Amino acid sequence: MEKFISLTDTAVPLEIENIDTDQIIPARFLKATDKAGFGENLFRDWRFNKEGNPNPDFNLNNKKYAGSILVAGDNFGCGSSREHAAWALKAYGFKVIVSSYFADIFKGNSLNNGLLPLQVSPEFLEKLFIAINSDASEKIHIDLENQLIKITSTGESEKFDIDPYKKNCMLNGYDDIDFLVSRKEAIQKFEDTKLQF
Amino acid sequence: MKRTLFDKIWDAHVVETITAGPDILYIDKHLIHEVTSPQAFNELRERNIPILRPDKIVATADHNTPTENQHLPIKDLLSRNQLKQLSTNCEENNITLYGLGHPYNGIVHVMAPELGITQPGMTIVCGDSHTSTHGAFGTIAFGIGTSQVAQVFASQCLLVEKPKKLRVNVNGKLKNGVLPKDVILYLISKLGTNSGTGYFCEYAGNVFEEMSMEGRMTVCNMSIEMGARGGLIAPDETTFSYVEGREFAPKGVEFEKMKAYWKNLKTDEGAEFDKEYSFSAEDIEPMITYGTNPGMGIKLTEAIPLNQGNSDKKALEYMGFTEGESLIDKPINYIFIGSCTNSRIEDFRTAASYIKGKQKAANVNALIVPGSRQVAEQIKAEGLQSIFEEAGFSLRQPGCSACLAMNDDKIPAGEYCVSTSNRNFEGRQGQGSRTLLASPLTAAATAIAGKITNFTHNLN
Repeated sequence: MEKFISLTDTAVPLEIENIDTDQIIPARFLKATDKAGFGENLFRDWRFNKEGNPNPDFNLNNKKYAGSILVAGDNFGCGSSREHAAWALKAYGFKVIVSSYFADIFKGNSLNNGLLPLQVSPEFLEKLFIAINSDASEKIHIDLENQLIKITSTGESEKFDIDPYKKNCMLNGYDDIDFLVSRKEAIQKFEDTKLQF
Repeated sequence: MKRTLFDKIWDAHVVETITAGPDILYIDKHLIHEVTSPQAFNELRERNIPILRPDKIVATADHNTPTENQHLPIKDLLSRNQLKQLSTNCEENNITLYGLGHPYNGIVHVMAPELGITQPGMTIVCGDSHTSTHGAFGTIAFGIGTSQVAQVFASQCLLVEKPKKLRVNVNGKLKNGVLPKDVILYLISKLGTNSGTGYFCEYAGNVFEEMSMEGRMTVCNMSIEMGARGGLIAPDETTFSYVEGREFAPKGVEFEKMKAYWKNLKTDEGAEFDKEYSFSAEDIEPMITYGTNPGMGIKLTEAIPLNQGNSDKKALEYMGFTEGESLIDKPINYIFIGSCTNSRIEDFRTAASYIKGKQKAANVNALIVPGSRQVAEQIKAEGLQSIFEEAGFSLRQPGCSACLAMNDDKIPAGEYCVSTSNRNFEGRQGQGSRTLLASPLTAAATAIAGKITNFTHNLN
């Protein structure tokens, strides 16, 4: 897994609540059997109209906005467990998703792919939207080591939470499989002594 | 220390606790399907890691399968390839697969309980968010992503932080025509779609105690729609008699031994929850959703709420509805009875009892999709097939079908579908489709009337 330590970049605002994984990557694109290529269908039905042309009202198509940070409304990633949503966001080029709330499974899937789901307070989210909307070239600074997100022009910042184990994985590019396989003996012991089914 | 049902099952499965980190949780059953498993098989292959316990994995094909002519080769090449990969992966790794055409084939959350694979006290995972369904048996069951599918393949364990505990109590007497689906749609409409995030939810109270296993599965299935990773109900005599005698359930002395253990799986009096809510059964009526998340639900007799926020306004615009309007008498051209929420025999019995002797309205396309081959057989054996067919409903072969529209069962753009599935997200049932979630009874009544109707006065 790719390491994540810190990042300073512009952001794309998506001021919509409850963005579900069906919007992030619609089910009809889940027929692939590898992880590649989902980026082109990210937010497919919001990004493109029925004729397949880019929808000019959607912020991912707005030339004003660019960058590897997506700032989205409350309860991002709800719905299906499809990890294809995290793969699509990553493949498109996002490295961090900022929201005031993340659905559990999406959060886990992102962390397992080196995509940082960064939860801020609703107040700070509002500040981010204001900053980006008033100046699309606003740079957002994210420091995982110190768990800090900062709006660079104003200096306004907020601390964010992350599970210490997961933080360590992100900082070092570790994934859970290596760790679990390294605990094989303990798992075997559990099976020998406590297995019920 | 007083413990909840959830604590008891969780504690019995902790292999190790990592300091200031997650628990290593042992997984008793790992269910897989064609859509979220191929990348996990690839991952292990690339890293040269063997599958640790293939005997604890059961596979089915359900998400991406046709519901007509299942005996013929699948027309869509990508779908055909995905199913072929599942077969190859299972064969290479000695994993039991109930593929298309197998008598045990079906939607993963219908097939596993009906075969007795799901048993109280287990930990069950699947790369599907509706794995919460199995909580109906008093299990810790939750959906996982594909990276986690690979983790369970490699270690039969998962690294997970113990969720917080939530209890939802519903007591009283349900009104005539109110089904388990209405109960859960009501709860989500009251609590919201993220009220359960970070929690496991126990459902308690006489309403759940009196429900059949099918009803409990419907409720637990939609736990994820309020954000909860899973939902669970304490196992009782209803659970034990459902499990007993099923293909993979323990038999004889072994069953009695397990039953004695299962009887202890309930929340201790005085055990604490992080959050608790209570509702009265009398307040619940047949429900329907009007927006693009399952929390946007109202009673059939209510009007769409006023003064909504921007995101809700966007949802209403998508749906073509306005604040303050009633949905009664809205013409509906599509109904779907199926999905892991409502495709069990009881759902079809309920629908058939309303439909019997009636005809669907001419404008309606009515799709009935059983959850499994076994349910399909039961529909025939109980004479429900002729009721559906005589009423003009189209009875298909089992699968996830129009719930997520990965196959050809799609609702056309702009059309409304009263659906017994679990998600009314934009385009969920096909690009541009508009979904109204409801119970099998509401869907059946809509099909007969050709429009949304308050059917409760038609009930005996």
